[in-house]
Amino acid sequence: MKTLTAALLTLVLVLPQSLPAFCGFYVAKADAALFNKASKVVLVRDGRRTVLTMANDFRGDPKEFAIVIPVPEVIKRKQIDVADNAVIDHLDAYSAPRLVEYFDDDPCHQIFYEMAPASRFGAAARTDGDAALGIKIEARYTVGEYDILILSAKESDGLETWLTGNGYRIPKGASQVLGSYVKQGMKFFVAKVNLERQAKSGFTFLRPLRVTYNTRKFMLPIRLGTVNADGPQELFVFALSRKGRIETTNYRTVKLPTDLGLPLFVKDEFAPFYRAMFDRLVTREDMRAVFLEHFWDLGWCDPCAAEPLTAGELRQLGVDWLKGPDSGRPGESEAYLTRLHLRYDAGHFPEDLLFQETRDKENFQGRYVLRHPWTGKPTCEEAEIYLRELPKRRNQEIESLARLTGWSVARIREKAAAYKAPPRNGPR
Amino acid sequence: MRGIGDPRLYQIAALGSLVLFGSVRLGFDLHPAIVSAILATSLGAQFLMTRAHHLPRLDFRSALITALSLSLLLRTGSLLTACAAAAAAIASKFVLRWNGKHVFNPANLGLCVAVLAGDAWISPGQWGSAAFLGLLIVCAGGFVAHSALRSDVALAFLAIFSALVFGRSLWLGDPMAVPLHKLQTGALLIFAFFMISDPKTTPDRRAGRMIFAALVAAVAAWLTFSLHSRNGLIWSLALCAPLTPIIDRWLPGLRYRWPERHTPIPASPPVPIAPRELAP
Repeated sequence: MKTLTAALLTLVLVLPQSLPAFCGFYVAKADAALFNKASKVVLVRDGRRTVLTMANDFRGDPKEFAIVIPVPEVIKRKQIDVADNAVIDHLDAYSAPRLVEYFDDDPCHQIFYEMAPASRFGAAARTDGDAALGIKIEARYTVGEYDILILSAKESDGLETWLTGNGYRIPKGASQVLGSYVKQGMKFFVAKVNLERQAKSGFTFLRPLRVTYNTRKFMLPIRLGTVNADGPQELFVFALSRKGRIETTNYRTVKLPTDLGLPLFVKDEFAPFYRAMFDRLVTREDMRAVFLEHFWDLGWCDPCAAEPLTAGELRQLGVDWLKGPDSGRPGESEAYLTRLHLRYDAGHFPEDLLFQETRDKENFQGRYVLRHPWTGKPTCEEAEIYLRELPKRRNQEIESLARLTGWSVARIREKAAAYKAPPRNGPR
Repeated sequence: MRGIGDPRLYQIAALGSLVLFGSVRLGFDLHPAIVSAILATSLGAQFLMTRAHHLPRLDFRSALITALSLSLLLRTGSLLTACAAAAAAIASKFVLRWNGKHVFNPANLGLCVAVLAGDAWISPGQWGSAAFLGLLIVCAGGFVAHSALRSDVALAFLAIFSALVFGRSLWLGDPMAVPLHKLQTGALLIFAFFMISDPKTTPDRRAGRMIFAALVAAVAAWLTFSLHSRNGLIWSLALCAPLTPIIDRWLPGLRYRWPERHTPIPASPPVPIAPRELAP
């Protein structure tokens, strides 16, 4: 009976994605804010329809802000919108790798955790000389606090000259990258802040821009961002799809190590733990891999690291296939969220990211587990066995942590010994 | 015949090692149930079709190669799709024939059928570029030891495809790192040395094989860069396979046979051999 319980609990701990079971009390998460220079991008893909939303974390003078994105077609006004940073932050919090905790029961009086139902439920620009530079302004819009131009160019030097001449600061050396896009017949979505409108809007931060277009080529251009960047950058891609997991086809996808028990003191040090672990992973893969941190059916979550997303929030991001009211939640198998995290620079990621939507529906989450030991007087044999096995488990946790982060085993042991867990509230 | 015995034995060992390496070191999501289903269906289908066609001996080596190739490349969550792919692959060898030769590389056809069915996919990025060196060694080893594997097709294809990729990047003004990265993929090597190099589904004469390699490379490049197909190589080979019998009629050569102790008498009429050229 006890072995069955142990097996059941182990099964629960080991296969969270296949059992709608109790997956621990949520404690902490490792979201994008942990990383410097992290960009967040949301990509929605449905057939050829692609919606790209770029979180804007620009904190300088709005006058200085400018963004240039290659797009596959001339974008119409109705294809552009501003979104809400809060929705992207919500996606981030919801899918971040999480720390959960369990409290071991008295082995003599095991409580069967019921299959707890998982939360189920959803430009004025100068025109003279443009032609000479080979630039054509295909369209001009004002959307929210932004002035937007859609440009087509005949050659990249002209484009670079035009952009710098019109106050769009692009890094030197970008013309080679721009040239590649020009030759492929791509257009350029160029945005600047309209200061008057921004002042009127009352927003202190710049809002994310959302662009919709149709294309066979499912990609995310990253090359422009790597020109003259000082050091590697972090990118979080939140991909929303209809049929399955999204992955890169020109770079390797690596899953995070997950479902690992860690020493209790990590409760206060989850952020440094995660950063150290990610650094180690990046080094192991020679900064050439894309890391899968989360892939889950948006119809349910377990544990839920944040409030589930509503249909309205998802619609804001471009998910237009959900049924039901804005306040409702997506049903099962209606939409999927893939969270990818990569650290990149021009040397290790020379190509733009190319994606595909697979039919993989197997859920995955980065999950790290703290198990509070039961501390009582043994009144049966199972309890004796449990207490004997406890030091082995502690050692395993310490070794896991050392292996994941590269921290010294001695230092970890010190911290583990010094940590005093807060008292549990109430019987479990 | 140059080489060491039956080249299929080396290929089975190589594919088997790659399957292990992939799942253990590279973290491929190879579910044992799916792999077992593919193996069982391939061998079972081979057995049934051999009986149905009253053939004298059961060729399990080719079936094993097909099964291992599918296991390595096919990704699906559905057992049914995996079995269907394996069954289609093996059946195509017996059903889709021209002039005594099967037209499609079985694993290639199996992959196409599975992807078209809708709940399977191929992960071209799964190899990354670090494992590239290891794969290069495996493939190079195959090339050295077994010229019977039609490595001329593999090399011709790689050379022409690389030239097209470099050419395009040169035209776009991309730095060298970009085409190098595009080519540095294990999927390309696997395709070249284990799929297009199949001696049974490539033209019999060397000149014919060179034409075939050029066609597959050109179509693959067009599918990848103009139509933005994720699996241009696989589709290209399937699309060009029906041209093999046409090339064979135009440029006839000596038909390839796997080395066997008792070579079965061919059911097809003897193939005319051009006066000057025989093997390889």
